[in-house]
Amino acid sequence: MGYTLNFAVVWTNLPRLLGGLLLGLELAVASLAIGTLIGVAGGFLSVGPSRAGRLLASFYVAVVRNTPILVIVLMLYFALPDLGVRLDKEPSFVTALSLYAGAYLTEVFRAGLVSVPPGLSEAGKAIGLTRLGIAVHVVGPVMLRNVLPALGSTFISLFKDTSIAAAIAVPELTFQARRINVESFRVVEAWTVASALYIATCFAIAAALRGLERRFPKF
Amino acid sequence: MPSADTPAAARPLLRIQGLHKRFGATEILKGVDLDVHRGEVVSIIGSSGSGKTTLLRCVNLLEEFEGGEVVLDGEAVGYRRSGDKRIRLKDRELARQRAMTGMVFQSFNLFPHLSAAGNVMLGLRKVRGMGRAEARAVAERWLGRVGLAERADHAPSQLSGGQQQRVAIARALAMEPKLVLLDEITSALDPELVGEVLATVKALAVEGATLLLVTHEMRFARDVSNTVVFMEKGLVAEQGPPKAVFGAPKHPRLVEFLRGTRDR
Repeated sequence: MGYTLNFAVVWTNLPRLLGGLLLGLELAVASLAIGTLIGVAGGFLSVGPSRAGRLLASFYVAVVRNTPILVIVLMLYFALPDLGVRLDKEPSFVTALSLYAGAYLTEVFRAGLVSVPPGLSEAGKAIGLTRLGIAVHVVGPVMLRNVLPALGSTFISLFKDTSIAAAIAVPELTFQARRINVESFRVVEAWTVASALYIATCFAIAAALRGLERRFPKF
Repeated sequence: MPSADTPAAARPLLRIQGLHKRFGATEILKGVDLDVHRGEVVSIIGSSGSGKTTLLRCVNLLEEFEGGEVVLDGEAVGYRRSGDKRIRLKDRELARQRAMTGMVFQSFNLFPHLSAAGNVMLGLRKVRGMGRAEARAVAERWLGRVGLAERADHAPSQLSGGQQQRVAIARALAMEPKLVLLDEITSALDPELVGEVLATVKALAVEGATLLLVTHEMRFARDVSNTVVFMEKGLVAEQGPPKAVFGAPKHPRLVEFLRGTRDR
């Protein structure tokens, strides 16, 4: 092996890498937020009384989960403009990742809703709450606590999936690492530091989530 | 059929007429008739599968029913007529009617994410429209009446079964329902916790609450009820004051049933 490690280029470019990391976190947070809204709606639809609603939810989940995330990202960025919808890189990627997250979270929330004992809905009915009131004040909060761990691991996955944004030149961490790689040929150093940043961030997120779970103890 | 000009005091608070309910091919209720008057305590006894619990759930509209009528304080609940068709009422209407009755369940069904006080307050705030402070005051008053004033901020998981059931009673009563339905409320409790719950119910009965309850506690039914109803195979087989039902049962199945539960 004739390769001599030299991290100097990577250190001078560290602000760029950290900026990319921050952008990735922002993309993940935005996608998790929108994906959660989609997932809650999809979850309620998939256990709801409307047959059309259940079909719609399962169709959405089937289509998105059986399409690679890279294909969804490329399709929204490159194909949509031909259909008259033009989005900037970041919004386009957030849309793609949100749709993707929404499908997985629909399943997460569906399972969470099924795990809420039916007696709680009945107790809500018995005090005169409407279906919406029960969803918002009883079933929703209990379900959210039940799915908190799954929500956390989804967030970690989404954060890692932001690396795919490099494919449409969103300047996040992977994109920055590749740029250092191309400009300096410090291949090993660039990717090693990028990987370390991903790993450290994921550990930090996981630790924060464990704290959150402790703060809201299981019922 | 109660009409608008029947004085409210004379007509029964609850009138069940010809109630039919089936689950698939199985007919659970085969034409139940039952009246409950204001301030009355009516206990339903009978073996499991006789339809007792289903009857309560129909009154609180947790089950749909195919035939007959449930009239609460002069208002037919659950359905409206359009020509000869019965149409299930809309969610909002069902919710309003359900709020006229309170229900306490065998398995407590406390909201696990809310404190004892939060459980009592939810209906007061979201259904009765009270502000937080007022709802809190009402909740504390009711928790005090079931002997749990100092547990107001405990989570359900920090309470014993008997305490949870007393919170559930406070949650139902705080809504000031016209009628309280109690569905085997001591069946899920350890024997040493049954007494505290029954004492709570007895106090409510003494204060004049109208109660319709399903129970396996024969001594309690005898002590607390004005009327005892024996259900058998989806019908009311016998009813009367506890003295008559327990002391001189007529229906052969009731005689047999009481023999089986004599030690309770």
